[in-house]
Amino acid sequence: MSNQQKIKDYILENFLFSDDQSALKEDDSFMSKGIVDSTGMLEIIYFLEDEFGVQVAEDEMVPENLDSVNNLVAFLAKKQ
Amino acid sequence: MCGLAGIYSKVGQLPYSEEHLAEMIKQLHHRGPDGYGFYTDERIGLSHSRLSIIDLEGGKQPIHNEDQSVWVVFNGEIFNYKELRQHLEALGHQFYTHSDTETIVHLYEQYGDNFVDHLNGQFAIALWDKPKNRLVLVRDRVGIHPLFYTEQGDQLLFASETKAFLPILNNPPQIDPKSLDQVMTFWSTVGARTIFSDIFQVRPGEMLVFEGAKKQSRRYWDWGFPEKGEAFNRSKADLIEELRIRLTSAIEIRLRADVPVGAYLSGGLDSSALTALTKPMIENLNTFSIGFQDEQLDEGEYQNEVIEFLKTQHSYLLCQNDQIAENFNKAVWHAESPILRTAPTPMMMLSNMVRDKQYKVVLTGEGADEIFGGYDIFKEGKIRQFWARNPASKFRPLLLKRLYPYLNLSNSGSGAFLQGFFGQGLDQKNSPFFSHIPRWLTTSGCKQFFSDDLKEQLKDSDPIAEFKAEMPDAIDSWDYFNQAQYVEAKSLLSGYLLCSQGDRMLMANSVEGRFPFLDHNMIEFANSIDPRMKMHVLNEKYILKQAMSGKLPASIVKRFKQPYRAPDAAAFQAGGCPSYVKELLAENEIADSGFFHPKKVQMLVKKVESGRPTSYKDNMAFVGILSTQLLHNQFTKKSNNL
Repeated sequence: MSNQQKIKDYILENFLFSDDQSALKEDDSFMSKGIVDSTGMLEIIYFLEDEFGVQVAEDEMVPENLDSVNNLVAFLAKKQ
Repeated sequence: MCGLAGIYSKVGQLPYSEEHLAEMIKQLHHRGPDGYGFYTDERIGLSHSRLSIIDLEGGKQPIHNEDQSVWVVFNGEIFNYKELRQHLEALGHQFYTHSDTETIVHLYEQYGDNFVDHLNGQFAIALWDKPKNRLVLVRDRVGIHPLFYTEQGDQLLFASETKAFLPILNNPPQIDPKSLDQVMTFWSTVGARTIFSDIFQVRPGEMLVFEGAKKQSRRYWDWGFPEKGEAFNRSKADLIEELRIRLTSAIEIRLRADVPVGAYLSGGLDSSALTALTKPMIENLNTFSIGFQDEQLDEGEYQNEVIEFLKTQHSYLLCQNDQIAENFNKAVWHAESPILRTAPTPMMMLSNMVRDKQYKVVLTGEGADEIFGGYDIFKEGKIRQFWARNPASKFRPLLLKRLYPYLNLSNSGSGAFLQGFFGQGLDQKNSPFFSHIPRWLTTSGCKQFFSDDLKEQLKDSDPIAEFKAEMPDAIDSWDYFNQAQYVEAKSLLSGYLLCSQGDRMLMANSVEGRFPFLDHNMIEFANSIDPRMKMHVLNEKYILKQAMSGKLPASIVKRFKQPYRAPDAAAFQAGGCPSYVKELLAENEIADSGFFHPKKVQMLVKKVESGRPTSYKDNMAFVGILSTQLLHNQFTKKSNNL
C-alpha cells in the first residue's frame, strides 16, 4: 500500500470515522474542514513517528507539512 | 437543600392523592433523606423531602402562613432569614418555626411577588396562594438549585428533578433532538430547555406564575454590566478592600446552619481564598479534596501547601480511573443530562466522602472564575480581539502560546495549529458570542457521530440562534469581556457547572454546597468593576489575587488557572471497564436508540480501546455518546442500571 493510501486510510478511520474514500480529498485542509483540531494534530504526529519511523521536529509542526494528505505525503518523502 | 415535587390542577379538581405525591417524592429521597412532608387540597398537591440543616426539629415542610392560606415547599437556603424574620416580626407577622423557609410565606404576604427581591440565598420555591388559586415557581438568581415542570392534560407537574415525574407521566420522557444538538454545542441546554421533550426548567432568576390555565413569566434578576466606555473611577485599593469585606460577609452568612459546615479545597485560588477567609471563623475547619493518578490532572501538591499553611483538618480522596467508569452511570442518572466530560463523577465521589465524614454542608468556590474572569476563554477572547484588529498580523496570534501553561505545549510546536483553531470566527468581533465561537465549533465536532436520521431532523436546527434569543438587548452595549462573562454565566455555569457537576453531584449524596462567590451582592459588585481589573493584561482574576495576597502562600496566589478535569475516555480504557459500557455502545444498541451512527461509533470505540492518544473532540464525543445512551436507557426505556 502506498504511503498516500496509508495516510488517507488513517485519517478516514481515526478522524472521519468512515471507510468512504470519497469523504476525503487528498488536498482537503484538515484544519479548515474541521477534520482535526489542535490536539488532534498530536495524534497525526504520533502516527507518523510510529508508522514511518520518522522524528518530527518542533519547527516542522506547521500546516505546510501536516495539514492535508498531500502535505503529509510530501513531508514524509522529504524525511525518508 | 432538600427536594420538592408537586402537581397543580389548572382546571378542575386535582385527580391525584397523597399516595401519588409520595411516589414522586420518593424519587428524590437522595435530596432529603431526613423525612417527607405533604400538603394537598382540591387543586394542588405539594411534597417535600427534607435535608435538615436549619431548625432541625421544627423546620418540616410544607410550611404555611398564619391563616394557612399560603403554603410553600422550598429547596435551598435563605441565608438572610434572621434579618428578614426580625423585619417581618416588626411588621406584625407571627412565626411558628425557627426555619428560614417560613420567611418566604410572610414575605409573600407582605410584598407579593416581589418577595423574591428580599431573599439572599440559593433556592427553588413552589408557593401556593390558595385563595387566589395561584402557584408561584421561582428559582435563585444564578441557577444553583434546579426546578422543572411539565404538563400532562390539565395538570402541571413540577419538581427538583425530572425523575420525580416518572411515576406520574403516561409516557416516558424522550430525548429531544434539538436539546441534544444544544448539549453537543454548549455542553448543556440553554434557556428553558431540558434534554427531554416537553419538560422545561425555570430559568435562573425567573419567576413563573400559574393561575388556572394562565402562565406568566418574569425575569426578576439578571447579570448586568456597565455600558462600554463608562468611566471607572475607583482606586485599586478601594476595590480590594470592598472585595474582602463582601466576600467575608458572603461567607459569614453562609455559615448559618445547625450542623457543621466544611469546605471543598481544590488547591486553586478560589477555594483556597474561601478556606483562608473561613478559617478564622471556624477553628477546626474541615476541608475536602480529590486527586487523580494522572499527574497532569492532580492538584495534590497545591492542596497540601494550602492545608499546611492554613492548618485545616483535611480529607483527601484519590480517584482511580476504574472508579470513574464504575460510577459514571450513577452520575448520569443524577445529572439527568448528557455530559461531555466525566468530571462530574469524581465530584459525586467526593460528596460521598463528605457525607461519610458526617458533613452535610460545604462551601465551594464555583463562580469566582465567572465573576472575576478566570477562565482561559476570557483570555482567548482578549487575545483574539487584539488579533482581530489586525488579522494579517503575524505577531498578535503568538500571544496564544501564553495560554495553557499547564499543558505540555512543546508537543504542539510553533502553535501554528492553535492559531488555526483560535482564528475561527475572527471576522465576528462584534458578536457577543465572539469569545465562545472556537469552543462551540470544537464541541460541535461531536455531531459527526449523529445518525443520518437525527441529522435530517436537525437540518433546520440552529442552537446558536436559539441561544441568541435568550440574550438581553443591553448586551450589545457592554464591553466584549463582560459579554463573554454573560454568555459563560448563561451556558456553562448554570447549565453544567452548577447543575450536572454541582447540585446534582452534591445531592446524589445528600450534601449541600454553598457558593459565596455567587452571592448576588458579590456578583453585582464584581460586575461593576473595570474588566481590566479582572484580567490585567493576561493575568486572570487580578483583583482577587491582589485581595488574597498575604493571606495565602504566594505560589497559590500566583499559579496559573488550572481547570478542574478528570480522565475522560481514558477512564474506560482499563481492562475492568464495566459491562454496561460495552452493552450500551454495541452496534445494535446504538441503532436502536437512533441518535448516533452505529458504524462511526464502533470506530470511535475501537480508537479509544486502542489506548492511542485521543483529541478533545474524541473524548467529548465518547463521553457524550455513552451518557446519551445511558440517559435513554434510564429514562426512556425505564431500565436504569443502578
